[in-house]
Amino acid sequence: MSTSATDVVVTGLGATTPLGGDVDTTWNALLAGKSGVSRITDDWIKDYPAQLVARLATDPAEQIDRVRARRLDRSQQVAVIAAEEAWRDAGGADSGVDPLRVAVVIGTGIGGALTLLGQDDVLEEKGPRRVSPFTIPMLMPNGPAAAVGLAIGAKGGVHAPVSACASGAEAIRWGLDLLRFDRADIVLVGGTEACVHPLPMAGFAAMRAMSTRNDEPERASRPFDKARDGFVLGEGAACIVLERADAAKARGARVHARLVGAAGTADGYDLVAPHPEGEGAARAITAALRDAGLTPADIGHVNAHATSTPVGDTAEAAAIHSSLGEHVLVSATKSQTGHLLGAAGALESIFTILALREQIVPATANLENPDDDAAVQALDIVRHEPRRTTFSAAVNDSFGFGGHNIALVFTTA
Amino acid sequence: MSREDIQTGLAEILEEVAGVTPADATPEKSFTDDLDVDSLSMVEIATAVEDKFGVAIPDDELANIKTVGDALNFIEKNQ
Repeated sequence: MSTSATDVVVTGLGATTPLGGDVDTTWNALLAGKSGVSRITDDWIKDYPAQLVARLATDPAEQIDRVRARRLDRSQQVAVIAAEEAWRDAGGADSGVDPLRVAVVIGTGIGGALTLLGQDDVLEEKGPRRVSPFTIPMLMPNGPAAAVGLAIGAKGGVHAPVSACASGAEAIRWGLDLLRFDRADIVLVGGTEACVHPLPMAGFAAMRAMSTRNDEPERASRPFDKARDGFVLGEGAACIVLERADAAKARGARVHARLVGAAGTADGYDLVAPHPEGEGAARAITAALRDAGLTPADIGHVNAHATSTPVGDTAEAAAIHSSLGEHVLVSATKSQTGHLLGAAGALESIFTILALREQIVPATANLENPDDDAAVQALDIVRHEPRRTTFSAAVNDSFGFGGHNIALVFTTA
Repeated sequence: MSREDIQTGLAEILEEVAGVTPADATPEKSFTDDLDVDSLSMVEIATAVEDKFGVAIPDDELANIKTVGDALNFIEKNQ
C-alpha cells in the first residue's frame, strides 16, 4: 500500500479494563474466554433488580500515585493510566515531536459521576464549606482529556466529545480529522468511564436496559443470544496513539494497524431507542467505507457494538447485514468486558486493531442460541473459540443514546 | 496543644493532602515555592486544619499564610 500525506497509522495502545490492567493482559484474557463480570455484594444493591457489574481487574490505586489520584476522579485516573501506557507504547516521550503539535481527544459518556455524587453527599452531611475545591475539575466531562493532556504534555489542543456510548469511537474519529487537517502531528485518542454507583445503576435499571441474570454473572452479557436481557455496566479506559504514516515511518515507530476511514451519523429517530432496522448505523458503516476507499468485500471482520439488549443487537445485525453482507466475521466482545459506555468504542477499536495485527477474530461468549431474527441468523458471528483467519480490513462500530452512530475502518499495517 | 504537637499534626495533613514528606515540612518552607502546594490544595489543607485543630480560617487570613511557620503561628494563636 502506498503512503500518502494523510494516511494515518496506530502506533500506541493502552487500556485498563475488567479483563486486565493493561492491553496485553486484557487481550489475552479476551482470547482465553475470561469474563470480567461479577455480582455486587455491597449492602445498597439488595433492592436493585440488576446487580451485576464489570469492575476493573486492577485497582487504579496500584497504578497511580496516591497524591496524584486524590485530585483525579476515577474516570480520570483510568484515562491517565491507559494514556500513559499508550504513550509509552508509541515511544511518544522520545519521538521528538513538538508538544505544540500533540493533541488529545478523550471522550466519556457520563463524566465524573462519582465525584458529583460523592461531593453531594459531603454537601448534605457537612455543608458547602466542606465540599472539595477539586469538585469541578474532577466532575467536568473534559476532565479526563485535560488530565491526559497534562500527563503527556500535549499543547496542540485537548478535546472531549460526549456522545454517550459512542464517545470513545467519536474521539478516534476526531483524532483522524485533526491529523488529516494537519492540526497536529501526533494525537492521543480514547475513551473512559467509571460510574459504578447506586444512582447510575438505578437509572439504567429503570430504563430496563440492564441484565438481571444476577445468579449467573459470567453468562449475563450475551449479545445476539435469544436469552439476552440487557447489558452489564463496566468501567475502564482505552487509548490509542495516531499519527501520520510518513511521520511514523520517519521516526521508525512500530505500526500496529492503519486507521483508514471514519464516519458518523445520527438516527434522527428516537432519543434512546435505536432505529429498528439500524438505518443510521448502516449509513455510518457505508460512509466510513467510502471514506476509506474500500468496498464491503474488503471487510473481513466487524467488532460489533452489541451490548446484549434485546432491541439494540437486532438493529445492529440488520445494519451490518445491509451495509456489509454476510461474509464478515462478527465479534461482540462486551460478552466478556461488559459495557464500558464512553470507553467502549476505544476498547473495541483496540480489539479490532489487535485482531488485524494477530489475524485472529475473538469469540462472542455466551452465544448459545442465536436470536431468531433473520439478520442475526444470516451473520457469521464467531462463537465458542476465537477464529484464525486471513483478512486485511475491519470495522468497529459504536452507538450511543441520542442516536449517535460512529463507524471506524482499520486495515493491517 | 503544644507547638510541637501542632507541627506534627500539620505535617500529617501536608503528607495526606499534598504528599509532602514530614521531614520537609519545616517552618521556613513556603507552601507554593518550596513544597509545590497549589492554591486548590491550600484550600483543602485549610479545611483539614480547621477540622483537626478546631480553628476557623477566614479566606483573607488564608491569603496571608505563606509558609509552614505562618500556619503554625495562626493555629497556635487561634486554637
